[in-house]
Amino acid sequence: MIRLLLPLVTFVGLIGLLIIGMQTADERKLVDSPLVGRPIPNLVLPQLHQPAKTTSTADRLGEVWVLNVWGSWCQSCRIEHPYVGRLAKESGVPVVGFNWKDERDDALRWLSQFGDVWAYHMVDYEGRSAIDLGVYGAPETFLIDHRGIIRHKHIGPIDETILGDLMARIQRLQQEVGA
Amino acid sequence: MIAELGQVFLSLALILALVLSVVPLYGAYKNRPALMAMAHTLVIGHFVFALAAYIALSIVFFNHDFTVTYVATNSNLLLPWYYRLSAVWGGHEGSLLLWILMLAGWMLLVSLLSRSLPRAFIARVLAVMGMISVGFLLFTLLTSNPFDRLIPGPLDGQDLNPLLQDPGMIFHPPLLYMGYVGFAVAFGFAIAGLLGGRVESEWVKWSRPWTLMAWAFLTVGIALGSWWAYYELGWGGWWFWDPVENASFIPWLIGTALIHSQAVTEKRGAFPAWTILLAIAAFSMSLLGTFLVRSGVLTSVHAFANDPERGMFILGFMIVVTGGALLLYALRAPRIMTGKGFDFMSRESLLLLNNVFFTVSAAMVLLGTLYPLIIDMMGWGQISVGPPYFGAMFVLLMTPVVLLMPLGPFSRWGKDELWRVVFPLLGSLVLSLVAALIIVAWLDAWSARAITGWMGGLWLIFGSFHYLFDRQKRSRFGLPRHQLGMIMAHAGVGVFIIGVAMVESATYERDVRLTPQESVSVAGYEFTLLEVVSVKGPNWIADEARFTISKDGEVIQEMAPQKRLYHRSGQTMTQVALRPGLFKDLYIAMGEELDAQSNAWSIRIHIKPFIRWIWGGALLLALGATLAATDRRYRLQQRQSATEGVDASAASSA
Repeated sequence: MIRLLLPLVTFVGLIGLLIIGMQTADERKLVDSPLVGRPIPNLVLPQLHQPAKTTSTADRLGEVWVLNVWGSWCQSCRIEHPYVGRLAKESGVPVVGFNWKDERDDALRWLSQFGDVWAYHMVDYEGRSAIDLGVYGAPETFLIDHRGIIRHKHIGPIDETILGDLMARIQRLQQEVGA
Repeated sequence: MIAELGQVFLSLALILALVLSVVPLYGAYKNRPALMAMAHTLVIGHFVFALAAYIALSIVFFNHDFTVTYVATNSNLLLPWYYRLSAVWGGHEGSLLLWILMLAGWMLLVSLLSRSLPRAFIARVLAVMGMISVGFLLFTLLTSNPFDRLIPGPLDGQDLNPLLQDPGMIFHPPLLYMGYVGFAVAFGFAIAGLLGGRVESEWVKWSRPWTLMAWAFLTVGIALGSWWAYYELGWGGWWFWDPVENASFIPWLIGTALIHSQAVTEKRGAFPAWTILLAIAAFSMSLLGTFLVRSGVLTSVHAFANDPERGMFILGFMIVVTGGALLLYALRAPRIMTGKGFDFMSRESLLLLNNVFFTVSAAMVLLGTLYPLIIDMMGWGQISVGPPYFGAMFVLLMTPVVLLMPLGPFSRWGKDELWRVVFPLLGSLVLSLVAALIIVAWLDAWSARAITGWMGGLWLIFGSFHYLFDRQKRSRFGLPRHQLGMIMAHAGVGVFIIGVAMVESATYERDVRLTPQESVSVAGYEFTLLEVVSVKGPNWIADEARFTISKDGEVIQEMAPQKRLYHRSGQTMTQVALRPGLFKDLYIAMGEELDAQSNAWSIRIHIKPFIRWIWGGALLLALGATLAATDRRYRLQQRQSATEGVDASAASSA
């Protein structure tokens, strides 16, 4: 009898997983990083275009900025690309790319095909620094304030609504800088 | 007005489906022929109303009635008529309606073609399918009504997603759904078998052609999706292991296991319970696919607008359908668990191995797809699952399948000797190894992937044909269709593997900066950019780069990739230019404009060897399955059992 019930039990487990998954779907997308509200880890990484040169997440202290995780292998990154472009153009803050688990040639080719809308790119080929950053998947977008604290994180592609939300948040953060 | 009519039709279909899921079942339980016979009439009515609702939505689209929310969000005044008609399934609500129409169509076919089956059995099958239809109709009417009004309506609609404005996209979803929904037939047969408690090998016999057809549709649907991704996404890739692609691939893998286990159960009566489980699993995985795409659990390009309420509904529906089926299985399976024994070396064993590998592959893809969810819930940290995981696992799991596949047809049921099976194939084995090396040398494609790909692929092709010649020598009447179909499908896998191995190992790519009148030579072809001009389509404008391609000084082709800007949505789309060929595709995609003054563009040129073989192999698989499904033996058997049924009823009345 136990053997006969096994498929049913497996199925119940799957359903349980999906129910929890659904209920946490929004959380996972909005504010699920334990790092939100904490300082961004100090990561020193090579640049994509000039591999010899490194930049650090600390370089941007004193201003509000955006870190956008992408990879040429990531389909959703392609979908969000126009919105990242608009974010960079319209928000007035630097949007830095975080090229994750990619190959340099693929990444450069991807950029030449779709357009390089980022200020510059930090490169994490092996995905080690991404673990410190709590990267869940690409695309992912971090808002970091002038004190270097991660204030918000969006998981998944940016669309029209998310773009509006991010712009509003950036505006609020910039007001904080002024105050 | 037409929208309201459509809604009425849907409601009528729901009522008929409700009656269908209760009355014939009761009739079968009480053995009342009149109630059982009602199933056929109800199925016809159900189909007519589903079709009427579908036509109503098409008319509303055709007439640009933007007071219907669904039309306003998925169409636009500039959209050409053929895309307006395909836009019916361009969004969540309409695609559900298409799903319902197809389910109704399958039910109608079952009802028409299975009149010779025992009445009680077919009444149960149709009733079970009716229940599934009730679920989907309720889902549509309660949470996703395509006929909802938007008053006042906008003057013009938003556009159909430009990604979907493409001929490949017209056929991809319907074929895919035909496959998904087709598994409902196998599911219905399995449940009816469990309910009736009849000798299991019989319902398996009846459901085989249906399963084969559903699987063939699913195969073509997936292949079309891959082909579409290849030329529409502008990346030159053909499979991305995206959650939604996986959602269609899991039922396919289970379906593959199912058609093989059905063969064993029908012929030998072995592992019947397993076959029932697979039939349940194949349809459940189709439902799961629907859930993943529409619930927002996972993010994907293909995902429809996410809505947790809809997700909950499908989940509840899955609990009823799959949970109910598995419960019934647990209660009834002890009665049917009678399998004939077989030896370690036998055709049964080989088919069992097939089942193990395909089921494990399906579980592996499912696990990889849901992994981000599980990891997140357990708080184990952040690990991502990407193409490397799937690729590695797949090669690992499919290698034994490829090695063993040609042995299957040569082996005997029950008991066999290893040498007797392997010996006749030694010739094919040696031939394929030698031929693979010669071909690789000739193509100058020395890489481990290409060599193993050719060896594996040719082994399957030669092994399959070897079987064909072997059989033809022995029988004077030629092979029956189900055997020809099998040979074709197995050879198709070989063609597919060669395609994959060549594309993955010998693709030639170059990114160049080109100004007009400049040329670049890639792999012996000279690509000359003549000019970049503006062109205008019905609802887009585009920059078009005009190329001539020449080889050895002779112009062989003109190609014109585009970069389109769709007016309404403001989205840009890369329209690649292709020169398809049996042995290589030339592929040009436009990148960014680098310099407006000199009109310089970044251009991406690919030479994709043998990529057509990937889809060609899939097509052979589907054709093989279709051929097998139309074998005479299924029709003869039906007639036979019909006469038996008549005899039995005559005997009982006497």
